[in-house]
Amino acid sequence: MIEISSLSYHAGPTPILHEISTRIESGGITALIGPNGAGKSTLLHCISGLETPSVGSVRINGIDPFSVPHRQRARTVALLQQSPALVSRLRVRELVSFGRWPHHQGRPRREDEEAVDRALVAFALSDLAERTIDTLSGGQRQRAFIAMTYAQDTPWMLLDEPLNALDPRHARDLMARLHGLSRDGTRSIVIVLHDINAAAGWADHIVAMKDGRIVAQDESAAVLTEDTLRDVFDTPFELLHHKGRPVVVAR
Amino acid sequence: MAERRVLWLALALLVLCGAFLAWHLRAPMGFILGLRAAKLGALVCVGAATGAATVLFQTVAGNRLLTPGLVGFDALFVLMQTLLVLLLGGVGAAAIPAGPRFLMEVAALGAASVALFGLLLRRDARDITRMILTGIILGVLLRGLASMVQRLMDPSDFAVVQQAMFASFGRVDPQQLAFSAVVLLAALAVALRMAPALDVAGLGRDTARGLGLDHDRVVMTALLLMAAMVSVATALVGPITFLGLLTASLARQVTGSHRHAVLLPAAAILGALILVAGQFLFERLMGSQSALAVIVEFFGGLVFLFLVLKRRRR
Repeated sequence: MIEISSLSYHAGPTPILHEISTRIESGGITALIGPNGAGKSTLLHCISGLETPSVGSVRINGIDPFSVPHRQRARTVALLQQSPALVSRLRVRELVSFGRWPHHQGRPRREDEEAVDRALVAFALSDLAERTIDTLSGGQRQRAFIAMTYAQDTPWMLLDEPLNALDPRHARDLMARLHGLSRDGTRSIVIVLHDINAAAGWADHIVAMKDGRIVAQDESAAVLTEDTLRDVFDTPFELLHHKGRPVVVAR
Repeated sequence: MAERRVLWLALALLVLCGAFLAWHLRAPMGFILGLRAAKLGALVCVGAATGAATVLFQTVAGNRLLTPGLVGFDALFVLMQTLLVLLLGGVGAAAIPAGPRFLMEVAALGAASVALFGLLLRRDARDITRMILTGIILGVLLRGLASMVQRLMDPSDFAVVQQAMFASFGRVDPQQLAFSAVVLLAALAVALRMAPALDVAGLGRDTARGLGLDHDRVVMTALLLMAAMVSVATALVGPITFLGLLTASLARQVTGSHRHAVLLPAAAILGALILVAGQFLFERLMGSQSALAVIVEFFGGLVFLFLVLKRRRR
């Protein structure tokens, strides 16, 4: 479980997050939605311990990500960032292997190799394993970084806009894969999504943010109402149902 | 395999060193051999130190165009020596034994570089253009400061500084060479030990921290090691700005790897190889004395332009 209490974050003089207090239960997929600049990425960075909040505290599975040893933090929570830096001459397999660093600290064992192989298979990267990442397309690269986050093998996976640059097929495959992972009870996933329909289709819970505050948080169906969405995005939406699933259309 | 290529490089360096020592060796053999060995030692130390220091710096800066020389690391070293002489006087500075003095300078340069570049790397690391510009301007500033202090000082003190600054490969103090070699070997050993951590640091600050690396500590350690290596190179011969760039990009080309366990030794060996080969070529085959630094700068500058232009195209 993630517990956030009265967390505020300022970037210099600019306030980004205001007094956020919430809980995210373990298990399932929790989607973070909200307009650009709502503070979704900053919240993920605070939860994963990479940005220190100005005020307030975070507990993730009971530990404080800012005070535990770095290694323990990295074995509890993995973060996929929006635009990670590129290293030339780095092969896909090598990149994914870095996900195992918190477990082996530079001396990979057989189980680490196996975990890397599993991650490559899970994200359909086996054919690309020996390619260098600077020769990959944007979507392939995105999948390689997601595979690295997956290989980190943490109870919590935080993904910041993982659908960026993915084509419909790989976007669907990724969401289905994450959904499957979150079912067996070992992984909990928090994911920033701009495609509200991806959230509608796959997320168990939705947290809607606006101007650095949480404005709605509940089971998906409860958050996905025309009124709430209009308030969050300042734009009118129409909620349809297609084959039993909610579909959101901007008017 | 990358490791095999490093072995071939090491072998080439050994052969070249043998040739350097034995080429046209005439009586008095012992005397000439001694002179050549000292010069060879200085060349190898400076080349290895510059190569390894550049790889370290490029990793912590997340930038393949910057080198310690370009951002004025060596100028910082010259500035510190100048200040030392200014504070203690030429005689006072000369009175400190060479060994402790060198170690003191290494420690001071380490502290200064952590303060200065630690701050620079943390604030500007995301903005590559700004980082390069800040770095180059910092280099100019440090060089300017050093020469200003030199202008202010007593001429006889200045002579002491000048001798420290412009020591060439021809006049190497064996005692200083020994100290340098020990410091360099220690720094290289520590750098190799932390090679896997450096690989992770190369992914960038955010990704590395996400993987549980104490990124700031790795950067600080790398800066300290680099400061020691730059001190070695600068104390022995004075600045060769582009040698590091030439060496680091060659090491990446030759090994085709991002792993520091391979890159660091490859860069160190290549640095030594370039200097020994250059000196051998100019001194033994062409009978010329002082052109080496100029030629290395020339080719290093070309590599710099090439890298800049290649980057633009991508």
